[in-house]
Amino acid sequence: MNMGLKEKGLVMDKEGVERTISRIAHEIVEKNKGTDNLVIIGIRTRGVFLAERIVEKIKQIEKSVIPIGVLDITLYRDDLSTIASQPVVHKTEIPFDITNKVVVLVDDVLYTGRTIRAALDELIDFGRPKAIQLAVLVDRGHRELPIRADYAGKNVPTSQREIVEVRLEEYDKKTEVIIIGK
Amino acid sequence: MEWNRKDLLGLEDLTKEEIKLILDTTESFKEISTREIKKVPALRGKTIANLFFEPSTRTRISFELAEKRLSADVVNFSASTSSLSKGETFIDTAKNIEAMKIDCVVIRHSSSGASYMLSKKLNASVINAGDGTHEHPTQALLDMFTIREKKGGLEGLKVAIVGDIRHSRVARSNIWGMRKMGIEVRICGPKTLLPVDIEKTGAKVFYHIEHAIKHVDVIMALRIQKERQGQSYFPSIREYSKFYGLTSERLKYAKGDVLIMHPGPINRGVEIMPEVADGPYSVILEQVTNGLAVRMAVLYLVMGSKTKEVSA
Repeated sequence: MNMGLKEKGLVMDKEGVERTISRIAHEIVEKNKGTDNLVIIGIRTRGVFLAERIVEKIKQIEKSVIPIGVLDITLYRDDLSTIASQPVVHKTEIPFDITNKVVVLVDDVLYTGRTIRAALDELIDFGRPKAIQLAVLVDRGHRELPIRADYAGKNVPTSQREIVEVRLEEYDKKTEVIIIGK
Repeated sequence: MEWNRKDLLGLEDLTKEEIKLILDTTESFKEISTREIKKVPALRGKTIANLFFEPSTRTRISFELAEKRLSADVVNFSASTSSLSKGETFIDTAKNIEAMKIDCVVIRHSSSGASYMLSKKLNASVINAGDGTHEHPTQALLDMFTIREKKGGLEGLKVAIVGDIRHSRVARSNIWGMRKMGIEVRICGPKTLLPVDIEKTGAKVFYHIEHAIKHVDVIMALRIQKERQGQSYFPSIREYSKFYGLTSERLKYAKGDVLIMHPGPINRGVEIMPEVADGPYSVILEQVTNGLAVRMAVLYLVMGSKTKEVSA
């Protein structure tokens, strides 16, 4: 929890998050007419757990296992020289070739689009995918780059003074999406 | 844990947590060298000067590759072809280089304390790539990273460092670093090649290699610096090799899964026999591979630190 900020509202509870992930999984299968040639890559940190949940849902729907990768975009950020201290670098783990694959990038919140820009740059250093699609749990607006989600769990209008916080059991011991602010 | 130092001058000053942060960051950087495009834009727009006032192959190439893989612009300086030969002082040379808006200086110098002196004069970050007989922090970090990778941890291990400890900046950095990480460090060599009061660092002193390497997890052989042998530290290279050379016969005293390390360059047949250097226990080339990742991590952390003021 950020200091001096309080919880302003619940966007999604645990069941809401699970239903949304289920819907996104169905949409991914429908849009791509199955799972052939499909790989899923989660953006650290919570995008990875969301990606794992989506893969699990698709496994239930289609009886097929999609390869899953992890992307750490720290070294591709465009604000490394302006932020207070270097963020911790974690591993990127993509144990398969993404060339000619349809890559579904997964993140928790889509905001300015800068994280996704960094992710696209990094992905392209790994190969030449046939297509890259974007799945997010929450789209909160305020885009600074021409980037949009192919699969958005929920569009949440926010003010820039607010923070949308996605919490997931695997990392936060609790699953919910909340808005916090002054 | 955050890194908030402008420079990396040695391991004597670092805390256990800071060393751990560098080793943890190295883990992530190692993967980059396995990619098809071995380059990330983390230091794009930054300029780094490599000031090597002493010959170097591994360290210089390793730093330069690390810098280029982080997308930094790199300037290489070598003392022999510089204005130093026209009488310019070391500090003036450095200040002139900084006036060209350099963000970081990597320095190798034959005088102990050169990097420390430079760090007090420049606003740019300074990384010590070896200063005289003082420290060689990135070498010790890559040694510790290699050990941690192979053994799964550092705490409680026994490491024997054998050879010319007196003149070895690698040994000093390793003693400081390893002691902080909970390693039992044993040093071994002829009395003439062991510094006075070395026990104060917490290292255990041995004069017989068989005793020093008994049940150790790691043996690090140091290069016999032939250029110093005019000073009669021991009767002959042959005699040194006979009493302190790492042979496959002697390895039997160590643990069954012992790691053999050497900072390079190797004098084959002097401090280490070819069958040991090229044998199954040797991780000498892995040390070189890990050196690149360690230097990427150090550059990333040091150049990202917002502590840019010259400390008083």
